[in-house]
Order: sequence, then structure tokens, then C-alpha cells
Amino acid sequence: MSIFIDKGTRLLVQGITGRDGSFHTKQMIEYGTDVVAGVTPGKGGQKFEGKVPIFNTVAEAVSETGANTTVIYVPPPFAADAMMEAAAAGIPFIVCITEGVPVLDMTRVYPFVKEKGSRLLGPNCPGLISPGESKVGIIPGRICMPGPVGLVSRSGTLTYEVVYQMTRAKIGQTTCVGIGGDPINGTNFIDCLGAFEKDANTTAVVMIGEIGGTDEQEAARFVREMMTKPVVGFIAGQTAPPGRRMGHAGAIISGSAGTAAEKMQAFEENGVGVAKRPIDVVDLLKRAMR
Amino acid sequence: MNIHEYQAKEIFRKYGIPIPPGEVASTPEEAEAIARKYGSTVVVKAQVHAGGRGKAGGVKLAKTPAEAKSVASQILKLTIKGLPVQKVLVTPAADIASEAYVGIIVDRASKRAVFMASAAGGIDIEEVAAKTPEKLLKHPVDPRYGLQLYEAMQLAFFLYSDMKQVRAAAKILQQLYRAFSENGGSLAEINPLVTTPAGEIVALDAKMVIDDNELDRRPEIAALRDESAEDASEVEARKASLTFIKLDGNVGCVVNGAGLAMATMDLVKYYGGEPANFLDIGGSSNPEKVVAALRIITSDKNVKAILFNIFGGITRTDDVANGIVTAIKQNPLKVPLVIRLTGTNEEIAVRILTENGLSAMTDMDEAVKKAVALATGGKAA
Repeated sequence: MSIFIDKGTRLLVQGITGRDGSFHTKQMIEYGTDVVAGVTPGKGGQKFEGKVPIFNTVAEAVSETGANTTVIYVPPPFAADAMMEAAAAGIPFIVCITEGVPVLDMTRVYPFVKEKGSRLLGPNCPGLISPGESKVGIIPGRICMPGPVGLVSRSGTLTYEVVYQMTRAKIGQTTCVGIGGDPINGTNFIDCLGAFEKDANTTAVVMIGEIGGTDEQEAARFVREMMTKPVVGFIAGQTAPPGRRMGHAGAIISGSAGTAAEKMQAFEENGVGVAKRPIDVVDLLKRAMR
Repeated sequence: MNIHEYQAKEIFRKYGIPIPPGEVASTPEEAEAIARKYGSTVVVKAQVHAGGRGKAGGVKLAKTPAEAKSVASQILKLTIKGLPVQKVLVTPAADIASEAYVGIIVDRASKRAVFMASAAGGIDIEEVAAKTPEKLLKHPVDPRYGLQLYEAMQLAFFLYSDMKQVRAAAKILQQLYRAFSENGGSLAEINPLVTTPAGEIVALDAKMVIDDNELDRRPEIAALRDESAEDASEVEARKASLTFIKLDGNVGCVVNGAGLAMATMDLVKYYGGEPANFLDIGGSSNPEKVVAALRIITSDKNVKAILFNIFGGITRTDDVANGIVTAIKQNPLKVPLVIRLTGTNEEIAVRILTENGLSAMTDMDEAVKKAVALATGGKAA
């Protein structure tokens, strides 16, 4: 088992004919993901790689193919609309890979998607992979292996690094989820931790955070209050310079600057194992799963 | 993207927010001429992308045009938080009865634009929030409807009791929200919003930060960028689509992805070194990006060793290898280079490097240890 995606995932790709969309669609199909449809306005009726039907609209693609998940590779100016179109068409799980979506667009997209009852992952995220079952997004399949550990991360390549080190140590994964680093995103740490807690096959969880905001601190409290499974964590940015934030007001709203030290302390206080280096995640996991 | 006070004021003025007159000068003589035109006491204010201008001596009163010339000359010689002052704003001094703060920012937690208002304006608003949070009112705005009049009135009643002032402030708040949302802001601030002895409400200062992701669709806002007011190496990095932040250490870092870049810096520190920079070459890595990255890093004289840490996903490691080889041919390195790469097209990358007399490592910790040892003059690990 896994969270959010599995063998039953029927994937739609929005922006399937674009440079990134077509490249990663091929990779996903190669990995074994069931890609059932693509959308590129104006290219309806064509087929991607001679196999996957392309539609002009998401609504059409859903009614023709029964897609239950979508992944978005459209350029930033159109990404907000693509997310809303997917939610309006009733797709329950929307993954937006696009980087550079204006944050004010996201203030409109977030409540819209919520009202329609869909879950949004991203934007500006690498997507997710349930090794051996399905991959949605851009996480390289060959660094993963099936196993009992769930992973959730705000980062892209740092996620790959940790997964790679886990796989080298023969610690496999149920699902690896990249939630993205934008200020407003659809799915947060707590959403993923809750899903991993419920997932029968996940026995331990890795959480990879970054400086900024308070999501990791809240997630740490969630671990103590709501979770029975062991969680270990790493925070990137221990040496990052302060002051790279938006003027005066940024720190006020978040209540603090969201430093690495603060987040690591929250981990420690709430029983989340703290990795000083990415490689330490492996040892912490081994101990936690003993 | 930061814009200057005078640019933010021009935007706010277009939205009907009351802003006192003012003109920009880049020489003491220009400042003198502007002061003469106003014929009153003026304030000369440094236009620089840094907070704490007043404390740094960047804001001064001048009673006469001659005095305006002399304070402008002092201010134009200042460097505030590493940024040289190139322009000053000259504006008539206002009489102040009281000062308030109003600002708007996108808040991660509520996932909305949030207004903040405080009657304790003019001073450091962070301090107000930390020490006297009851003096700060926060109000999230529903993006579908914008700031409605009743909401603006609620905020205004928190600041003023005189009905005329409440109405004037509510109008300013509504217009500030429009200026913020219609120009792609991530922050808009008026601090202080002053009440004059005659009871008028005026925005004495203005600050606006634009979301970088908005610039492509707002060319008129993108044109406000003042590169002379930014760090030169950061400007070069941006032009090459790199994210670069200069630090004080001696291990230069070139990494793909922000999270891995930060983790690499942390690891440099963990093994006893100090990172010289944060540098993210981003997802798709054409060789030119790598050439630009090396040029920026080698221009920092503190750098004693350079570390590449590349985890190829979208990034093709052979592109990075080609970039390294090209850069070194153009401009041979004077400091040692440690390359760690793994992932997409790793075999091709290693072959390219080997053919050119370079070598690559696959383990991140080993590579960082080696770079630190080389930078600190110790023996290579």
C-alpha cells in the first residue's frame, strides 16, 4: 500500500505536448504509471506517442477516460487556470509541478480547489512516487525501491539525495511525496503525516524541511499528539543567512523567522529524531524500526 | 523584487493615496535645486534596498537649499548594509501629529493576503508585534472580493476615532489593497501613515516588494528594477538564471536545487569549513549556466576551493560536466575543484570529466570533506 497514488491511479497529463510534459510523460509510462489521457488545448483528437489520447479540455478527458489524478506541466501564467480547471472537472487529486506560479494566483486557487473537494499537491514540487506502483511527477524512479518508509519533503533534489541514501542502505519506501517550497501550497506536512499514519504498510516516516515559516513546527506537534509511528527529520538551511525575507512584515505573521535551529528544537521536543546530516536519516531510521 | 520608496510612492499616488510631493536626485546639486523649488524645510532620504535607513544616517532634515546640498552629499557617500546609495528622495518636511502603520503581506498560514494596522507607527513594527501584540490588528482578505468597505472601516476604527479620518483611512486601505493586488505585490507598506496637525492623513513613506513570479506578465513593473542598487554578482547570477547569495566563507558551492544547496552548505559547516555562497543552478542545466556560475564564484577572492554537488534528476549531469570543462578551458582555475555528481547520464559525465583530466566523486559527504580540507589547507581527504 501507499498514499495518494497506487496501481489504481489513472493519470491525466495537462500540458502533455510541452517540452517538460512530453519528456516526463514518457518517463512515467516507462515506470509503469497508467497514463490514460493528455490535455493540450487545440490538439484534441491527436495521440501522444501514438497511444495516449489528447483532449482539448479536462472535462472531456475525465468523461472519456475516467482519469482520477492529474499532473500539471503547463507554463506559470496558465498554471493557476489549469489547477482550477482540474478541480472544476472533479478530479480528486491534482499535482502541479510548475515552478514560478505567482503567489497571488495561489490565494485564489487554494480556496477554489478546497471548495471543489479536490486535493492539490504543489505547485513547484517534484510530485510523488509509490515505488513499484505509480509515479506522478519528476522524481527519478531508479533511486527508489519498495519498502516500509514514507517520506515527505519540501525540497526537490534534497529529497532525491535522502531517498538515494535510503535505497543504498536497502531501506525502501511506501510513497515519497514532495510538497514543494512555495509560500502557498495545497498539501502540507501534516496532511502527509496523517496519511502515512493511516497507511498499513508504512512503519516509519521521514520528514525533510527547510528554513522559513512554521509548517515543520506544527508538524512536529502533530507527530507527538496524533502519531504512533516513528518519525525522523532533517532541516536544510542551518547556515543560511538571515534577512532574506520580505521586509518587516514577513516575520510578524509567521510569529518568528522560522530558523533551522528553531525547527530542529521543535523536532527534538516532540520526539522527532533529528538528523544533523542527510546521511544520518539512515541510522535514525534503522534504530527507529528495530 | 524590491523597488525604491519613490517608485512605490508613484504607484500609490496613481491609486489616489495621498502622498506628499517629492523628487529624486542623484547629485547634491540636484538635491539643492529641488529644495529651492519647494522653498521649505525638506527631508533628504536615501533610496536603497535596505531597512534601517534612518539609523544608518540615510534620512536627514535640511532647513535650507544649501543644507540640502550638504546632507545629500553625505548621504550619497553612504553604504547601507553593503549597498551604496545612488539616489536620494527630496520631499517637503511634514508636520506630524501622530503616526500609524498599515501594511499588507501574503501570509503562509492563512494562505491569504493579510492586512496589518497599528496606531504605533513610525517605529519598528516587528517590535510592536513582539512586545505589544494587542496594538497590532491583523485581517485576512478574501481574494474573491478584495477589501470591502466594512473591512476597511473596521481597520480604520482601530487607528482613528475622528469620523472624517476614519473614512479617509478606509479609502486609503482599500486603494492600498488594489495597488498591492493589481501590481503583483508580495508586500505593501505605509510606515508611517501620518496625521498632520490639520487632521489630514498622508503616507509619508512607502514600501513595496513585487513577487518575482509576477514580473513576466508585468513588464511595466519589471522595468522598475534598479540594477545599480543591487549586488553586482547577484545581478549577474540572475541574468544567467541562477540563484546566488554571497556569504563570507571560503568554500564555493555550485549545487542544483535550493534544498540540496542549503544542505550542502550545512555539511560544509559540519565538517569544519565555511560556505562562500549559496548557488542554485536550477533544474535544466545548460552548460552556459555552469560557466556563469564558475565565473561568479571565482570572482570572489575569499574562495579557496570549489565544490560541485549535482544530483541529476531533470538536470543532466553530462551538461554540467560539459559546462565545467568549457569554463576551465576559457579561464583556468586557480583554486582546487571537487566534483560530486550522480544521477541522470552519470556515466557520460564521468567520461567527459576523465577525458579532460578531472575526476568525479559519487558520495556527498566524502566530497564535502575533501573540499573543506583543500580550502583550509589541510591534506585532501
